[in-house]
Amino acid sequence: MIQFDHVTKRYPERGDALKDLSLRLTAGEMAFLTGHSGAGKSTLLKLIGLIERPTRGQVLVNGRNLGSLPRRLIPYHRREIGMIFQDHRLLPDRTVFDNVALPLVAAGMPRRDIARRVRAALDQVGLLRLERARPLALSSGEQQRVGIARAVVGRPPIILADEPTGNLDPDLSREIFTLFERFHEVGVSLLIATHNLELVEEMSYRTLRLHAGRLVADSGGW
Amino acid sequence: MTASRHRQRRGRRPPPPRSRPQRRRVGLLQGLRGWFEQHRETAHDTLAGLLARPLATGMTVAAIAIALALPAALYLLLTNLEQIGGEWERSAAVSLFLAPEVDEARAAEIAARLRQRADISTVELISRDQGLAEFRAYSGLGGALDQLGGNPLPVVLALYPSAQAQSPAALARLVAALEALPEGDFARLDAQWAQRFRAIVQLLRQAALLLGAMLSLAVLLVIGNTIRLEIENRRTEITIMDLVGATGAFVRRPFLYSGAWYGLLGGVLAWLLVALAGWLLQAPAARLAQLYQSELRIQGLDLQASALLLGGSALLGIVGSWIAVGRHLSQVEPS
Ligand SMILES: Nc1ncnc2c1ncn2[C@@H]1O[C@H](COP(=O)(O)OP(=O)(O)OP(=O)(O)O)[C@@H](O)[C@H]1O
Ligand SMILES: [Mg+2]
Repeated sequence: MIQFDHVTKRYPERGDALKDLSLRLTAGEMAFLTGHSGAGKSTLLKLIGLIERPTRGQVLVNGRNLGSLPRRLIPYHRREIGMIFQDHRLLPDRTVFDNVALPLVAAGMPRRDIARRVRAALDQVGLLRLERARPLALSSGEQQRVGIARAVVGRPPIILADEPTGNLDPDLSREIFTLFERFHEVGVSLLIATHNLELVEEMSYRTLRLHAGRLVADSGGW
Repeated sequence: MTASRHRQRRGRRPPPPRSRPQRRRVGLLQGLRGWFEQHRETAHDTLAGLLARPLATGMTVAAIAIALALPAALYLLLTNLEQIGGEWERSAAVSLFLAPEVDEARAAEIAARLRQRADISTVELISRDQGLAEFRAYSGLGGALDQLGGNPLPVVLALYPSAQAQSPAALARLVAALEALPEGDFARLDAQWAQRFRAIVQLLRQAALLLGAMLSLAVLLVIGNTIRLEIENRRTEITIMDLVGATGAFVRRPFLYSGAWYGLLGGVLAWLLVALAGWLLQAPAARLAQLYQSELRIQGLDLQASALLLGGSALLGIVGSWIAVGRHLSQVEPS
């Protein structure tokens, strides 16, 4: 499903964020990505979503080599990936509803079909009552959950989460991880970057640990 | 630039079709309906967005309208001037005053001879009696004529030059030839000042075209700049749209519609400005026409000119925003 072959990502001004990294996640797998701050977790997720391109090596998603994906097909690639961003990336001047609807609007879904899907997604993260609010009026944890609803609303086969519980209390964090587990159960592949080692250990899924851009520990896989 | 790079790469190593992301498969009819619906929604939303900021939109639209109204008004002025000129030109002719001893039968012979010439289309014979009647009617000196006793006027031939002999040089040649006739006394060119008038109108027409082109460019710049600012203001939104899988066409669409609306609204306002100016000038023009015993009425923009103004302004809007979008949107897309 997701495969890295000797991937190096170098930021000109910062040096290598990822160094000669190889890994493979199978379809429907759920895995955690851990490591110190600056280890390269976000960078790895960005390479999968084609937000960044590798300096060397290849990234394959669904057997598709992202290096040779024509530019005009990038949007269709991104629609297959639900991304949860570390910095939420919400539109402050739009309602929660409109923020969550964005991927469906972008995919050209008719307006009448959108409402049902958006409400279902908001319901899953427990924010249905806040659909008319604007993101700035929400707590950080609530904003995070809006981001999660937006990532899942298009029902993508892959979900990439970057620090999805960074601002949530332990109960909410557990709830969100349980939600991810439910997606996993219906066959969605998930890769979750997190500092929440407690929950990671508790849930016993495959865990990949990065250190200074290298994969230093892998609890499962091939 | 980037497109050709991708094309090259694809040319070398085409990816197997299966490994591409799937576009959503829908029926043709459903797809078309969705497409129309999206465009209608975008058109509606962008217009609503413009109207929600009346001050900013109004200023841009006013600038566009003024730039468009100037050439449109000039065009209108020229159309009206040409109408007057045309009236004059139809009455324009060369009058050949025959020698006093030439009688009407001889004059008819000369007229028949002149009709053979290529540079003359028609010849009208104005008899002494006709000339006298006209003189009485228009000069107000009828009483003086009566006292004179008899008719002192010569026979006059009114000559209308043919289409190919309308140029000033050809007319001058014609006048010289007529005056060289033994029976001719002198020839007067009525058309001369109508000709000059037409030449001036033609010059103004060129100037109007040039002005129109320059001001269209100004409109293009105004709209392009407005759209550029709009893109700057919505950069975060555009980036996020990109991240959640919006196509380039989808991201561009609202900006193109905004540009079209700016252009169209500017065109409508320009049309209203020109109509207002025409309406204000109607009364003074009528007074002027009365003085010159003419039927002159100010003509407004006709259907064709109106369609050109509105269609052209919308097109300018689309082109202007297209340029802005092409220059400034490509920098936002992450890769
Ligand atoms: N756009 C960028 N330009 C330059 N350097 C970058 C950029 N993005 C990341 N880096 C650098 O790459 C390295 C890895 O960053 P990354 O964001 O992947 O870390 P992370 O593991 O997600 O950290 P955190 O847990 O703090 O989110 C860091 O040293 C960072 O400074
Ligand atoms: Mg990070």
